[in-house]
Amino acid sequence: MLTDLTIAQAAEGLRKKEFSAVELTKAHTDAVDALNGRVNAYITVTSDKALAAAKKADSTLSAGEAPALTGIPLGIKDLFCTNGVRTTAASKIIGNFVPPYESTVTAKLLENGAIFLGKTNLDEFAMGSGNLTSAFGSVENPWHRKDDASVLVPGGSSGGSAAAVAAHMAMGATGTDTGGSIRQPAAYCGIVGLKPTYGRCSRWGTIAFASSLDQAGPMTRTVEDAAIMLTAMAGHDPKDSTCADVAVPDYRAACGRSLKGLRVGIPAEYRAPGMSEEILAVWQKGIDMLREAGCEIVDVSLPHTKYGLATYYIIAPAECSSNLARYDGVRFGERAEGATSLDDLYEKTRHNGFGEEVRRRILMGTYVLSAGYYDAYYLKAQKVRTLIQRDFTQAFQKVDVLLTPTAPTAAFARDEKPEDPVQMYLNDIFTVPASMAGQPAMSVPVALDDKGLPLGLQLIGKHFDEETIIAVGSALEKAAGFTARPDLRAGVSA
Amino acid sequence: MSYTIEGNTGTWEIVVGLEVHAQVISKSKLFSGASTLFGGEPNSHVSLIDAGFPGMLPVINQACVEQAVRTGLGLKARINLESRFDRKNYFYADLPTGYQISQFEHPIIGTGVVQIELSDGSTRDIGITRLHLEQDAGKLMHDQDPKRSFVDLNRAGVALMEIVSEPDIRSPEEAGAYVRKLRQILRYLGTCDGNMEEGSMRADVNVSVRKSASEPFRTRCEIKNVNSIRFVMQAIEIEAARQIEIWESGGEVDQETRLFDPHKGETRSLRSKEDAHDYRYFPDPDLLPLVIEQSWVDQIKQTLPELPDEKRARFQQDYGITAYDAGVLVAEQATADFYESVAKGRDGKSAAAWVTGDFFAALNRTGKSIEESPVSAANLGAMLDLIADGTINGKIAKEVLEDMFETGEAPLAIVDRKGLRQVTDTGAIEATADEIISKNGDKVEQYKGGKDKLFGFFVGQVMKATGGKANPAIVNDILRKKLDG
Repeated sequence: MLTDLTIAQAAEGLRKKEFSAVELTKAHTDAVDALNGRVNAYITVTSDKALAAAKKADSTLSAGEAPALTGIPLGIKDLFCTNGVRTTAASKIIGNFVPPYESTVTAKLLENGAIFLGKTNLDEFAMGSGNLTSAFGSVENPWHRKDDASVLVPGGSSGGSAAAVAAHMAMGATGTDTGGSIRQPAAYCGIVGLKPTYGRCSRWGTIAFASSLDQAGPMTRTVEDAAIMLTAMAGHDPKDSTCADVAVPDYRAACGRSLKGLRVGIPAEYRAPGMSEEILAVWQKGIDMLREAGCEIVDVSLPHTKYGLATYYIIAPAECSSNLARYDGVRFGERAEGATSLDDLYEKTRHNGFGEEVRRRILMGTYVLSAGYYDAYYLKAQKVRTLIQRDFTQAFQKVDVLLTPTAPTAAFARDEKPEDPVQMYLNDIFTVPASMAGQPAMSVPVALDDKGLPLGLQLIGKHFDEETIIAVGSALEKAAGFTARPDLRAGVSA
Repeated sequence: MSYTIEGNTGTWEIVVGLEVHAQVISKSKLFSGASTLFGGEPNSHVSLIDAGFPGMLPVINQACVEQAVRTGLGLKARINLESRFDRKNYFYADLPTGYQISQFEHPIIGTGVVQIELSDGSTRDIGITRLHLEQDAGKLMHDQDPKRSFVDLNRAGVALMEIVSEPDIRSPEEAGAYVRKLRQILRYLGTCDGNMEEGSMRADVNVSVRKSASEPFRTRCEIKNVNSIRFVMQAIEIEAARQIEIWESGGEVDQETRLFDPHKGETRSLRSKEDAHDYRYFPDPDLLPLVIEQSWVDQIKQTLPELPDEKRARFQQDYGITAYDAGVLVAEQATADFYESVAKGRDGKSAAAWVTGDFFAALNRTGKSIEESPVSAANLGAMLDLIADGTINGKIAKEVLEDMFETGEAPLAIVDRKGLRQVTDTGAIEATADEIISKNGDKVEQYKGGKDKLFGFFVGQVMKATGGKANPAIVNDILRKKLDG
C-alpha cells in the first residue's frame, strides 16, 4: 500500500516511476477522507490543491533533478501560516483567518516539492498536552488499548500531526514544540518527533505561543524521514532575528553512523518518583541497546531539572499573554457584539474567542509580569532558566547525548483527563528542560506497554548537533525494531 | 536666572524634567521595511509586521540604530554597546500587537548633557538621563463617523527616540530653551526634523514645585504630548500655579497624568495613578540583545557635523562677532552656512550685520526660508565687496539688496542697470554743494550763528540732489570746507 511507505521509500519509488505523485497523493487524500471524520486530525483539508500540486510534481519528476520532497504528501500543523489557506491555531478567535503569506518553514517545504494535504489539529494556540483544547474538537489517538475501546488522546499540542502520521493520513507532518509539543505526542502515537535546536528553523510566519521556546520540527514514522524533512525545514532566515546563521548539514547522512565511543549520559534526576515500572524498563532497554551499539554509558546530573516545569509555566504564559494580545477584536476574529466601550470590546471579544486553557495561561502570564510580581516570578524564573541551561552545558562537557524517557506515561484516555490543570502539566515534565535550554531533542518509539500502547525515549543533544541525536535515534530504532502500527490507520479500519 | 513664584505662604520654585519624543529620520520603520513618509493615504505605509499579523517578527533597522548613536554622540552621552528591547504591554486600539517595543531597563544611550542659553546671556547645563529607541503607535481618527473610530497605522512602528532629561529645569524659559536647543542639535545631526506641527517632536512634561532648593522633590504630574515650545512653557506655568494652590490650601497633589488644553489655559486629569497602566515590561523574546561595536561608534563620530555650541564659539573667534549674533546665526545650520559663505574673506561683523539685519528682514517680509532665498550667499557677499571698494555706499546697498530680492540678479548688474555707482567726482559734488548753499542762505546764517545741527541738513540735501549716490565722506569734507572755511 502506498500509504505504508516511508518518505525515503516513496521518494525512491517516485524516481523509479513505480507510481506517480498523483497516485501517492490520491492514496493519502483517500485516507484522509476515510478517517478524518473519526480521527479529526485535520482542521482544514486541501485535497484539491494537493492533487493539483501532485500533477506538477509528476512533471518535475519526469524532468529529473527534482528536490528531495517532490511529491511527498505532508500534514501541516495549523499554526504555520499558509498563503491563501485558512490558518486557525485551533482557536475561534482567528477561526476564519486566511493569511496572505507563507511561513518560512512551509515555504521551504514547498520549494522542496512537498505536497500539503491540509492543516492539522492542535491544542488551541499550541497550549495543551492532550489535544483537548482545540476549538475544532479533539483528536483521537489512532492507537487503542488491548480489549478497551476508550478513546485515547494523541498528546499535544501537535496531536493532529502525530495522529495523521500514525494513522498514515500523511507521510510526515510539521509540528511545533514549545515545552514538548512535538516529542510528547510523538511518544503517545508511536512515531518519531524531532524538536531542533532553538534557532535552527525560522519562526517567521508561525503563530507565536512563547517566542523564546517555540521551535518547528518534523514528525515522521522513521528517524531517516525526520532527517530528510529537517534538512528541508532548517536554515537561516533574515526575517527571524533569533534564527541562527549556521549551515544546514544533510541530516540523512547521520543515519546509520557508527556510535562507537559515543558517550551517552543518563541524567539521575529523570528518575522521577512515581514513574511507572514500564517506563523505567523501557529506559533500561534503551540504555542496553546503546551500550550494545558501542556507546559508553555515563551517569550525569542535571540538578535543576526539578524546577524545569515550574519555571516553564511562568515563562511560557508570560510570553503568551503578550503574544496573544494582538487578538483583540479590532482586526482579527469575530468582534463581540454590544460592547459599550473599547475595554468592554476587548473583554467580551477575548472572553468569547479564547478557550478556557488559553484564558488560564493568559491570566497566569499577565499576573507573573505585573508590577510587584515581576521580580518574584518572571525574573526569578529567568534566573533558574539560566541554571537549567548551565546544567546542560556542564553535562555536555562529559557526554555527547542524553537518553531519557519522553513522557511519564503512555497515552491516557480522554475521560481520564485530570481535573487539575497542574496534574495535566506533568505530561511535559521530561520534555520541558531541553526546551528551556534550547537543546535539540527527539522522541523515538521503542516499545509497547502491556496494554499495547507505544512508549518513546527521548534523546537530547548539544546545540546545533541534531546529527548526533539522529545517529543515536536511528541506532535505537534499528535495535528496537519497532514495527507496531495502530489499529486505526489507512487501509485497515475507519 | 532664577524663576520663582510668590505664593501666600512664601516663595516657590518649580522642578521640571522633560521627556522628548523625537521621530528618527529614516527611510523605513524601526522593525519593518515600510516607508516612514509623512502624509500618505491612511494605512498606505504599513507592513504586516507593523499591523501585528500572526507570525510576523520584528527585525531591527540598522539605520535607526545609527541615528540613535549619532544623537547620543551629539548629546555628549554615553553610548551603551549592549542594549536591549523590551515589550511594554497595554491594550489600545492604536497599538496593533498589544505591546510597544521599547527599551526599558537597558537603553542604547546613557547620561549626557545639553547646554542651554538664556535671554540674559547666561548658560546652564541640563542633564540627559537617557535616550532610548521605541516604536510609535498608530493614529486614531474619531471624527470620521458618528459611531466608529478609524485607525491609521502609517506611523505605527516608526522609530522614536525618547530623550529623557534630569529634573534640572527650573523655569518655563529654561524648558523652552532646552527644547529649542535639543531640536537644534537634532536638526544639525540630521536625526530628527524637529517638526512639532507634524508631530515629529513632542514632549511629556513632568512638573513639581517646592518651597526651597534644599527641600526634597514633591509629587510630580506628567503633562502628556505637548506639541509646541510655547505650549510647553505655558503648561509649566499653569501647572505650577495649580500645584501651589493645592499645597497652600492644605491639599495634596496627586501623582497623575494630565493633559494641557491651550484653549482653556488649563491642565486636566487624564488618568490617575490608581487606574494607571501596568505596562508589564519584559525583554522582547523576538529580538536578541542589541550589540554594537565601539569601532562603528567611532566611525559615526567621524561623520558628525560641527555642532551649534562649537560653531558659535568659532564664529565669535573667527569673525569677531558678538555671542548674541553668533547665537542667532547658528540657530539653523542653513543660516550658519549662509553666513559663513558671506563672511569668509570679508569683514565678519559687517557680514553679520547685513545677514541678521536687512537680509533676515527681507526674508521675513517675503515669507521665505533661507533655502528659498532669491539672494544667494555669493551675491550678498559680492554686494559687501561693492560697499568695501566704494562702488556703492551703505544706503544705496539697501536699495540694491531689495532689487536683488526681487530679481535675483547679481548686485553689480543692478548697480549698472540703475546707474547707482557712487559719485566720487569732487567737482560735481562741489557744484551741487554750492547750489544747495546758495539756495538756503537763511540756514547758512543760522548754522554760522551756532546751530551746528544744521550740518546734517546740508549733507542730506546734497545726498538727495545726487540721488543718494554721492560718497558721503567726500560730501562731508566739501561741506565742512565751504561752511566752516
